[in-house]
Amino acid sequence: MKDPVLTEMPLYNTPPLDQRSRDLRRDCVAAMEGGGRGHLPSALSLLEILRVLYDDILRFKPDQPDWLERDRCILSKGHGCLGLYAVLADKGYFPKSDLLTYCKRDSILGGHPERDKVPGVEASTGALGHGLGIGVGMALAARLQKRDSRVFVVTGDGEINEGSVWESAMCAGKHGLDNLTVLIDYNKLQSYGPTTDVQDLEPLADKWEAFGFAVDSVDGHDVTDLQQSLTRLPYTAGKPSVVICHTVKGKGIAHIEHQAGWHHKSKISAEEISALYDAVYAGAEVA
Amino acid sequence: MRRTALDMVYELAREDERVVFIGSDLGAGTMDVFRDEMPDRFFMEGINEANIIGMAAGMAMDGLIPFVNTIATFLTRRCYEQVAVDLCLHNLPVKLIANGGGMVYAPLGPTHIALEDMAIMRALPNMSVFAPSDKEEMRKLIPATMEVRGPSYIRLAKGGDEVISNDHHGFEIGRAIEYRDGGDVAFISTGIMTNRAMAASDELKTEGINASVLHIHTVKPLDENAIMKAARRASLIVVAEEHSRIGGLSSAVTDLLAGTFGAGGPQILSLAVPDVFTDKYGSQDDLLEIYGLQPSQLAQSVRDAVSSASPVSAVGG
Repeated sequence: MKDPVLTEMPLYNTPPLDQRSRDLRRDCVAAMEGGGRGHLPSALSLLEILRVLYDDILRFKPDQPDWLERDRCILSKGHGCLGLYAVLADKGYFPKSDLLTYCKRDSILGGHPERDKVPGVEASTGALGHGLGIGVGMALAARLQKRDSRVFVVTGDGEINEGSVWESAMCAGKHGLDNLTVLIDYNKLQSYGPTTDVQDLEPLADKWEAFGFAVDSVDGHDVTDLQQSLTRLPYTAGKPSVVICHTVKGKGIAHIEHQAGWHHKSKISAEEISALYDAVYAGAEVA
Repeated sequence: MRRTALDMVYELAREDERVVFIGSDLGAGTMDVFRDEMPDRFFMEGINEANIIGMAAGMAMDGLIPFVNTIATFLTRRCYEQVAVDLCLHNLPVKLIANGGGMVYAPLGPTHIALEDMAIMRALPNMSVFAPSDKEEMRKLIPATMEVRGPSYIRLAKGGDEVISNDHHGFEIGRAIEYRDGGDVAFISTGIMTNRAMAASDELKTEGINASVLHIHTVKPLDENAIMKAARRASLIVVAEEHSRIGGLSSAVTDLLAGTFGAGGPQILSLAVPDVFTDKYGSQDDLLEIYGLQPSQLAQSVRDAVSSASPVSAVGG
């Protein structure tokens, strides 16, 4: 039985996922099938965040991953990498067929993303609480080098339990880094259980405001809502921005939504994979 | 030594606009000249080592060369995962300048005493580890680190340490310096223990014991050729370091010699700090004396080893 607190998103009337969102989910499942494992629900909750960033917001050249003037996007919650891999492959950073090599011995695509292996990955993450510090450094470097590159850091909600995140938040606020944006994938379910039980984050917007950030909250699965918010960046000149993205862990595959037991799966069976594929497109004709 | 190190960072920054300085709530007035002259490349951050390591990594990923300075224990223990993942995994040219290596902060107690710093830094792939002997060697080391591709850990001594380095012996990263020729006994030392090993060598010489002194300013990568050369000549290798006997220079030398000679190598005498937290205060010299690391104590340890060594027992390793 689902926790009613977790299933409710009373502030939002999330539209059904469209074909593009479903196709990206299919690619995540394909990678999971290839590797036989993965943090699938953690990837599904952030897919629309990454999709909108890469479709509408970021400046980048897939054929020149090191282009100096690019915007930087760091997936700080590295365990959500299935989503990042799906989006990067979709953008042409590497062939989609590479997704099928996920976690295999000689693959470039590991269970956490690595900078010097995967084109388009800005920082090797996996240990939580590292991405924002790196992002602060990149944002300062851009300012120093007089580049208008922007830096986006996608964190988990459980991830921001880490003290290092708040060290870096203080530092970003101090330097007034309005070229830096944090996007929190607030799916409200960390590994052990609900964030409200393990480590409650509320009042989350107040915390970030107190650290010097300009804050917005969005439905993290509503593409339009995300686009409208992210095109307004920076929300306040002279301040870093944070977007609290209300999301659903496992979003788009009904039988794994809100299920703590699905946080990380290994030894996944062919039947389970088949059920995941089916669920991705279930009800698609309605969308 | 610290002032020399920071002066050299300032000089480098004047010549190379990639150089930035990051401190963590350092003492008032530190690097004022740098701040006044190059304020956009001077970052005095709060007491947040995990953040400043990440920040340095992000800067280095985009072409800057950060020098990060704070107290050794905070720069190693406090943010070890950031050092490992952000700096070493990405193999970035960030220089960590660690105040108070060893027992410099004796009066401040074990929270400030860095006796395992070299062990945990040298255990990380891509990390280079340096422990210069004096300020003149520091003057040569800091510019030389600009050529190091990956991260560097630079261990500072107290300051005012006897200057033993000189232009004659030169300086090159990764190349040990032999300050004393010798015979059956070879000191191998690092940091400020080299001046104590030299004094011990001088004392022993008056008694007819010729002990060479090989100074290891670069603990990683280790100058294996120089150590092997000393080991082939001597029957007693004496490693002297202001560090835990676990994981530092003693371990590095022992690993090398055991791996090369097996049971047939020279005897190795490790003069280091035992596996304890310090429980006394006083001065660095006081603590060095407690652990038998002052010159006359080094000399006595050698006498004891030489006199107790039979031709058979002297061979081992």
